Parts: sequence; C-alpha cells; structure tokens
Amino acid sequence: MNNQGRPTSIPSASGEVAPTISGNRALQIEEALIFEQDSPGSTGVDLPEPATDELRLGGLRPRGQIGLPGLAEPTVVRHYTRLSQKNYAIDLGLYPLGSCTMKHNPRLNERMARLPGFADIHPLQPQSTVQGALALIDELAGWLKTLTGMPAVAMSPAAGAQGELCGLMAIHAALDDRGEGHRRRVLVPESAHGTNPATAALVGFTIDPIPATADGRVDLAALEAKLGPDVAGIMLTNPNTCGLFERDIRRIAELIHGAGGYFYCDGANFNAIVGRVRPADLGIDAMHINLHKTFSTPHGGGGPGSGPVVLSDALAAFVPFPHVAHGPDGFRLIEGPQDPGATGKEFGRLKGFHGQMGMFVRALAYILSHGADGLWQVASDAVLNANYVMARLQDVMTPSFDGPCMHEALFDDRFLKGTGVTTLDFAKALIDEGFHPMTMYFPLVVHGALLIEPTETESKRGLDQFIDVLRGLAARARAGEAEAFQAAPRLTPRRRLDETLAARRPVLRWQPEAPQAEAAE
Amino acid sequence: MRYLPLTPEDRREMLGAIGVGSVDELFRDVPEAARLKGPIEGLPAHKGELEVERILSRMAARNVTAGSAPSFLGAGAYRHHVPAAVDHLVQRGEFLTSYTPYQPEITQGTLQALFEFQTQVALITGMDVANASMYDGATACGEAVLMAQRVTRRSRAVLSGGLHPHYAEVAATLGRHLDLETRIMPPAPQGGEDLMAEVDERTSCVVVQNPDVFGNVRDYTELGAACRAKGVLLIVAVTEVVSLGLLPPPGEMGADIVVAEGQSIGNALNFGGPYVGLFATRERFVRQMPGRLAGQTVDADGRRGFVLTLSTREQHIRREKATSNICTNSGLCALAFSIHMTLLGEVGFRNLARINHANAVKLAGKLAAVPGVQVLNDGFFNEFTLRLNRPAAAVVDALAAKGVLAGVPVSRLAPGRKEVEDLLLVAVTETNTEDDMDALAAGLQEVLR
Repeated sequence: MNNQGRPTSIPSASGEVAPTISGNRALQIEEALIFEQDSPGSTGVDLPEPATDELRLGGLRPRGQIGLPGLAEPTVVRHYTRLSQKNYAIDLGLYPLGSCTMKHNPRLNERMARLPGFADIHPLQPQSTVQGALALIDELAGWLKTLTGMPAVAMSPAAGAQGELCGLMAIHAALDDRGEGHRRRVLVPESAHGTNPATAALVGFTIDPIPATADGRVDLAALEAKLGPDVAGIMLTNPNTCGLFERDIRRIAELIHGAGGYFYCDGANFNAIVGRVRPADLGIDAMHINLHKTFSTPHGGGGPGSGPVVLSDALAAFVPFPHVAHGPDGFRLIEGPQDPGATGKEFGRLKGFHGQMGMFVRALAYILSHGADGLWQVASDAVLNANYVMARLQDVMTPSFDGPCMHEALFDDRFLKGTGVTTLDFAKALIDEGFHPMTMYFPLVVHGALLIEPTETESKRGLDQFIDVLRGLAARARAGEAEAFQAAPRLTPRRRLDETLAARRPVLRWQPEAPQAEAAE
Repeated sequence: MRYLPLTPEDRREMLGAIGVGSVDELFRDVPEAARLKGPIEGLPAHKGELEVERILSRMAARNVTAGSAPSFLGAGAYRHHVPAAVDHLVQRGEFLTSYTPYQPEITQGTLQALFEFQTQVALITGMDVANASMYDGATACGEAVLMAQRVTRRSRAVLSGGLHPHYAEVAATLGRHLDLETRIMPPAPQGGEDLMAEVDERTSCVVVQNPDVFGNVRDYTELGAACRAKGVLLIVAVTEVVSLGLLPPPGEMGADIVVAEGQSIGNALNFGGPYVGLFATRERFVRQMPGRLAGQTVDADGRRGFVLTLSTREQHIRREKATSNICTNSGLCALAFSIHMTLLGEVGFRNLARINHANAVKLAGKLAAVPGVQVLNDGFFNEFTLRLNRPAAAVVDALAAKGVLAGVPVSRLAPGRKEVEDLLLVAVTETNTEDDMDALAAGLQEVLR
C-alpha cells in the first residue's frame, strides 16, 4: 500500500472468473444489434438540404417509413470496432485452413487499390480516359500468362467458382464449335472441392466421380476405364486437396486429350507451385487462379475474390465479354461481337462489368513486390513449412499419406481412435489455444480429415508454437481428457453454437416484435 | 523479401527436421520435365514498397478520375460520397483479413454484421429475407432467374427491355446450358412494353428494373398481380440502391425476388468491381435461395449468437445438387454497405435519396433548356435519358476531350441499335455541384451547336 492508499501488490486470488454485471469480459464487450441501439432521428451523416422539393416521380408516391435504426457516428464506430474484436484474423495469428491459403495481406496493396486513379473511375468512362486501368489489367494478365505458361487469360470472373464456370463454359463452347456437343460427361475426383461438381452441373454436364488410390492420387486405371466418346473433360485440382502433387498428371492430360476431352485444373492450390511449375507444362487447358489465395488479396470475411482463368491455345478464343486487347491507339475493351478484336467465339457475359479491378491492383502490387525470385521462394517456403509441420507431428498425429506433401499437410483421425475426441473437438480445442482450426472433414476421401496449410508467411517460431500446441493437445487426448475437448472452446466470445436450431427454425433477420429471449427457450 | 519470415538458417534447420537435403526434393512428385530450374527468366525481380508504389501510381495517373472532372456516369455504377469511418472500419484487420465465418465461435463479428446486413437489405427492398451477398447486381439477377426456374419448374424467362443489358446478358449466359430460354425484349426508352403478352404457360419469371435502365421510375404493382395470377415470379432489379430511400420498395409492388447492385452504398466505383449483389426474397422461397445466409441461434450457455445456416443448399454440402456454385461472395463489400447504411440510418438514407432526386430534377431542367436536347423521362430518380440531335457516343467523346464525363451513351450498352444511337444516360448524385451541372449544360450546348 502506498501513502495514497493505492495497493502496490497484486492480491492472490483464484483464477475463477465470476460472472460480470454487464456480461462483458474486459476487452470482450457484448454488443447489441444496431436495431437494438436505435435512437430515432439520430444519424451518422450530415447532409445538406435538397436543392429543390419538387418531385418528378412519374406519379409514384414517395416512400414511407423504412424501419432503419438511427445511430450517431461514435456509436457506429464503437459498434463495428467491438464486433471486429470477436473475429479471428490472419493479422492475429496462424490461419491453417487447408486449401484456403490464408497468407499475410500486405497493406501496400490496400493503399494502391485506393489510389483515386483506380478506385474512382467509372467502368463505362470513355476508353481514352481509362488507359492506365486497361494497362494494369493487361500487365496482370501478362504475369498470369507467364507464370502459368498459358497463351490466354479471361480476367472477368468474380471468384474461384465463377472462374470454374468460365473455364467449363469455354470447354462447352469449344466442344459445340467442334460439333461435338454430345460430350456431356465430366470426370471429377472424389476429393474435389464442392464447387467443382456444382459448377459442372450449372454448365449442363453430368458428373462422373473418379476414385482415389491408396496413395491419395487419381486412380489412373479407373480414369482410363471411364473415358469414352461422351467425355467432355476432367476437373482436377493440382496439387490435389490431399496436398499431394498428381504424379501422373501429364499422363492424365494425354489420356483426356486422346479421348477428345479437355483438362480443367482447379487452381485453388496454385500457391504450392507458383513460380516453380508452369501448368502449361502439365498439359492443362484451363485453370482458374484465386487471386485471393495465391496473390494475397484479403478474404474480407468471405470475399470479394477474383478468379481469372488461364486458357490453352485450344480454348483461347472461348472467353466471356469483355476482354482487353491492344489497339492502334492503346488498349481497347472488347465488349461485344461488333468490336474489332472480338474472337467471334465469345460465350456471353459473366459479370456486370470488367472484373474485380480492386483485386487486380492488389494482386499486381503483390506480384511486383515479389518478382520472379520472390514467387519462386513463395512456393518453396509454402511447401517447406507444410512439410515441417508434417515432419514434427507425424509421431503424434496420423498423416494420411506417405512421402512429402506440397503446401498442406493432411492428417486423419486415427490418432484420436479410442480417445472419445473427434476431429471437431480437437479443432475446437485449438481455438482456446489462440489458433484458428485447420480445415476439418475435407477432403472427404479420408476419415475425420484435418488439413493444415501454414503458407509461406509464417515464421519458424510461429510454426513451432503451433506444433507444440498440437502435440500437447494430442497428448491430452491420449491422456483421456475427452470431456475438456468436448466442452471446447471455453474462452471465446461464444461457445459452441447450436447449428441444428439455426437450421430448423431459421431466424435470418432481426424483427422488432420477436422477443429475443425466445431463442433461448 | 519482406513478406517471407524464414531465414536461410531456419530453412536449413527445417530441412534437417524433415530429413531432406533441399526443397527441390520436396518437389519430387512433380514430373521432371515440368520442374523449372530457377525463377522464370525474363521477369523482373522483387521490389521495395517505394518502387511498387511508383509503378502503380504512374498507371493510376493515366486515368481521368470521376472526382477530377464533372462526372455524370451511371448505368449501374454510381459515384457517391462514402464517409471516412466506413473505409477505416473495413480496413480493421479483424474484418479485412478474416476468412469466411465457418467457425462461429471466433467470427461472431462478421456473422453479426452479416445478420444486420441481411436485415437492412430486407428492410430497404421491402422483402422478408435477404442473403449474405452475391458478386454484384448482374450476377444476383442471373441467379434470381435460375432460382425462378427451380421454384416454378418452368424454363422461360421474360426480360424487360428496361433491364440493364448487362444484367440480361449475364442471365442468358448463366442459363444457357440449363434449358433456360430467355426472351429479352428490345430497349424501351419510353416504356410501353406489354410484358404479359410475352408470358405463356412455360414462363418462370418476368424480370424488370426500377428505375429502369433509362432512368424511368415504374409502378409494377399491376404487373406483379398479373404475374401472380399466372404462377409467374416477378423479379425486380435495382441498379441504384439509393433510390430505395425515396421510391416505394419492390416488395410493396408484389416482387417475389429483388436483386440489387449495392455498390452505391459504401463502395467506390473501382472501374466495375468488386461490387456487392443484394438478393432478397419471400420467406417461402428461402430454401431455394443461392448464397450464404447468417442466422440467429444460441450457444452452449444459451446466449444469442450467429452462424452460417441452411447450408444444405450450398455447394460444399450438396455438391452438384446445390442451388448455386457460389462460394466466396462479397463479404467485405457487404460490410462496407452495412456500415454506410448504419451511419445513414432512416433519416440519412431518406435525405440522401431526396438530395439525389433534387439534383436530378435541377439538372434535367438545365439540360432541357439546351437546344438539341430532349429529356425523355416523365419520372426518374437520379438518372434520366436525353435524346440528342446526333449520335451520343461522339458527343461523349467530344465532352471528355473538354474535361467533362457526360454520361453513358446507350449505344455502349446496346450496340448496333440505330434507334438508341442518339440516347445519352445522365446520372447525378449528391457529389455533383451546381458548377458541375453548369459545365455539362454549357459543354452540351457547345458540342451540339
């Protein structure tokens, strides 16, 4: 105690936390919905008086009350800041989500995307006034073509799944162009991401699954047996979702091409090989690139993404509108069949405008920052980090396959057998340790999958901490602490949430009359 | 390289732990012929921040920004003022660098924001429910047409000539391999379409826009009733979402699905993307909706919380039977929309809409006085169509040379159609000053003389 009566030492007390009066827990603050903070008449934006009261609404009556809440700016800033503190993020720590490539998002890229010269230009401005924007699209397209060895790229797809759609529509259009519109069967490995079969179905193809072999690759014999005159192509992720390179990929390409089909590659895992292996050298006809994975545009809690598709000579003409071309007076946007430079084989339009410009700027900033040498190192370190995780965990967890992995390490739940701990429990326990869970129960080809992708932006020290935690959790699971796992996470703003209730009685919006206690019955 | 934390010593140690001599050995499953021996030749090496900033700033400087010139472009993308707090908040790393909220215990921030977003979208459109966003307005519209096909089990879509041509093209492209027949009506700058005459027993939906692409505001109440009588869904697209602060919402007119481009609220022009598609519908159709949905539930302690829900509609569960292949959506743009909308609130959103309309009324008056210009619209929100005494594209180019971004020539959206060649779409928002308006009027007067 000092002479003002202020205690100078910390009293010893038990670590148990009694419930607080507010429900808050220091930096974790309970935050009501904006609708529950309505202060009618308040606003966070000051606007001038309208220039006139005259209405020219063609006889329509102006709208009545909408029901939006009113909040002043300080309340709004606090609201979203508090909400943000309930999120895990790559800025906070390792995000080992397999096949999602959660790597560091450089802030330079954000600054560049916000330059008014990119952010404040309208998509339909006269082309003479947006030559820098078209040049940027062309420059990024050039890098993507060189890095993949492919002759063409369609830039407009909005995300990976739309890239798949673009690629399969190109294949469809090329088959129609050859007069082989009867080819409607697409081979898709069982380990594929759900967007692959969903996309193939959208393009009117039927899906024929190919099994995996015991070493986690495409079963070549099964593939060969499925080839026939109705095969449109194959959709293959490489490296695949088991984190393995498809050793027979060039043979697969030969077989597909020999049967008259096309080879679509899902490029979600391009980070493993960027700058070190060119997909063109593997015999691929089309591949989308998730700029929000390999080229580090931020995931933003679920998007936006960007999914340009590189195309082989056989598919190069089959692109959506619009696309950028070199013209006599600079760059030109080809927006329809009437524009000089159109291939005449375009299959329509996928998106409102030209593509995800804001993502293009970020991706190009990332690529220029790395250069050819840096990108080589990206793939090298991504693969090194994953193999290091695999090597240091293989005695306590159970890797699904032998041999080196690529950029992600796949384990199954054999190491949890008899412990009463499931993959889900194990992953949720990781949350209390300050890490985001790995990808769980995917791919479907192994039991209780745990798929770990550290990416190249993790330090060795960070990886060692992560590995030590996983080793410790595996030891606890073996030691019979199943109940603690089943109760995890315990330290989060919310504990496990009732997803069954959410689906059985969907509450998808706030309603003024709905008593909030009802859900807790 | 500043983004790569491993040191040469780390790498050596790690290779030792793995038990290989080099990283190359880890690539041994890659066919020999496809393994590059070193970084791709002919490409530049890594660069520091300053150099990258220089290169990109040079490219940016070659564009004429909408903020540097009197600008009147709309046609599906609008320049509005976005409050400073919006960009600050969306750049918080906890939002910006977070993944899709599949682990609800550590993503309540994103999930609650999406739940609020969905509620805001439902309120402004006058609908029951909304999803957590689509890529943009055009893809939302295409998905709505596919949804109508699933709901009605009919496969013919009638698309109004007042629908943004890009929206119609996207719908036709998305449906082309799903036995969807799209009847796209010719451009109708002054309305007068008889859409019900196009409806038959195979028709799944009628798609209209409000305000339409020519800026006309419409009452679709009668059309909605006529559709309902025939079991046809009415889809209403809104490309300028600020209009919902002044016009009666599509939900009140009997819309079954409302799709909108949300860019106007919270998001910059960005040369066309990323934007945010809004998608709202009736409660009874919720299980046919595409895209992610945030829903309310409780946690193990009985406290309110939020999760992604009804995912049995989605590709990661349902695979080829999913309602859409969409995975990544426009999460951060939806957040920006939601923050901006929260800042506006009831009072701000309605006032913003009034200001936009008032500026349009004022500009229409000024332009109608220019010889060679005719304003075609009876009613409009913040965009209208001018008939000029010559082809509009050349007029726009001439004005661009004078430093005025005059608007969008309809021929840019509907090329090769003689009847729209002399039409110019002019949009005006709260960002346009009286000087801007006078510059446009004076410019037109000069060019049309």
